[in-house]
Amino acid sequence: MTDSKRRRDIPGTTIFDGEQARKGYALNKMCYSFNSAENRAEFLRDEEAYCRRFGLNEPQRAAIRQRNVLDLLAAGGNVYYLAKFAGIFGLDVQDIGAQQTGMSKDAFKAKLAAAGT
Amino acid sequence: MARIVGAITSTHVPALGRAIAQNLQQDPYWKPFFDGFPPVHDWLREVKPDVAVVFYNDHGLNFFLDKMPTFAVGAADEYSNADEGWGIPTLPPFRGDSALSWHLINALVEQEFDLTTCQEMLVDHAFTLPLKLLWPDDEVCPVRTVPVCINTVQFPLPSASRCFKLGQAIGQAVGSWDEDQRVVIIGTGGLSHQLEGKRAGFTNKAFDREFMASLTRDPTWATRYSIEELVELTGTQGVELLMWLAARAALPGKVREVQSNYHIPISNTAAGLMVLENK
Repeated sequence: MTDSKRRRDIPGTTIFDGEQARKGYALNKMCYSFNSAENRAEFLRDEEAYCRRFGLNEPQRAAIRQRNVLDLLAAGGNVYYLAKFAGIFGLDVQDIGAQQTGMSKDAFKAKLAAAGT
Repeated sequence: MARIVGAITSTHVPALGRAIAQNLQQDPYWKPFFDGFPPVHDWLREVKPDVAVVFYNDHGLNFFLDKMPTFAVGAADEYSNADEGWGIPTLPPFRGDSALSWHLINALVEQEFDLTTCQEMLVDHAFTLPLKLLWPDDEVCPVRTVPVCINTVQFPLPSASRCFKLGQAIGQAVGSWDEDQRVVIIGTGGLSHQLEGKRAGFTNKAFDREFMASLTRDPTWATRYSIEELVELTGTQGVELLMWLAARAALPGKVREVQSNYHIPISNTAAGLMVLENK
């Protein structure tokens, strides 16, 4: 039995475990570099070169190109580092939430608010 | 001897940084959250802590996946905030208390907690913003601090039971610190929320309410759950309730609730605030 088989299956949720951490290392390392404004600017100057420098694989590069959060997660991305990537484009966690759930941002915010009533 | 004056537990979200910077405390969206704090400010003026031990989780400012400690304790005389990538204003450095840090480190390792010790440590919004919420009028945070960082980024995470024991050990260690100092314990994070995946936007009001009530009635209640059960019940970031558990566990014996506030949502988060003190 592998580790992943023993794991609890939580719908719509990826547990960022050792397997994901190995798979996503290069992608997460690139996103971690976006703590620096200089690196964010450099990424914007030449996105492909920046991805190459960090050794992203093809699925990771495609997901970066498409700004697709679910694909970035599937490629091993961790949301805390991905949030720094999203920050480059001024996207917040509600933009990301809306994209992942296929909703408009207003609908996503309304859903959040409804949970409080 | 040092004395623990109580514990404060609060949500942290980056968006609070912007709300504070833009003075949105009375904005209808933010007001239900910020309105929880004035009674806490009154309490802090009364108990006058000298030092804060702060349980929080780093979100990829100080730690990356190259080295990911389960429990990390700051051992510096100053901690800096820095750019986290999304442009919220950086707060001025926080004073440390390396004497208390080393006292805690010595006591914890003696009790078989295998820690990472950090003489340099950047502190992110999870540390800085709750302190700003507690002392909003002070340019520089008026208490000295000891950051205690618990990994919630990369699984496996330490169990709820282990975090509770860490809190207990810190509480005992503070109690044996031979200095006439008043110490407040702070835990930041939670409550239920999930940022990623198709379940993004998940919150669980019923669970949060029960968890908050358990901190006075039955503090080990949440330790019955595995980490994965907690993720299922509270979301991938809701698991930050580990910081609340550790902070509560640092208070010896029975506690009473001084203040409590709960509001959904701020950002994607079910926001909670509690102040607990010994009876």
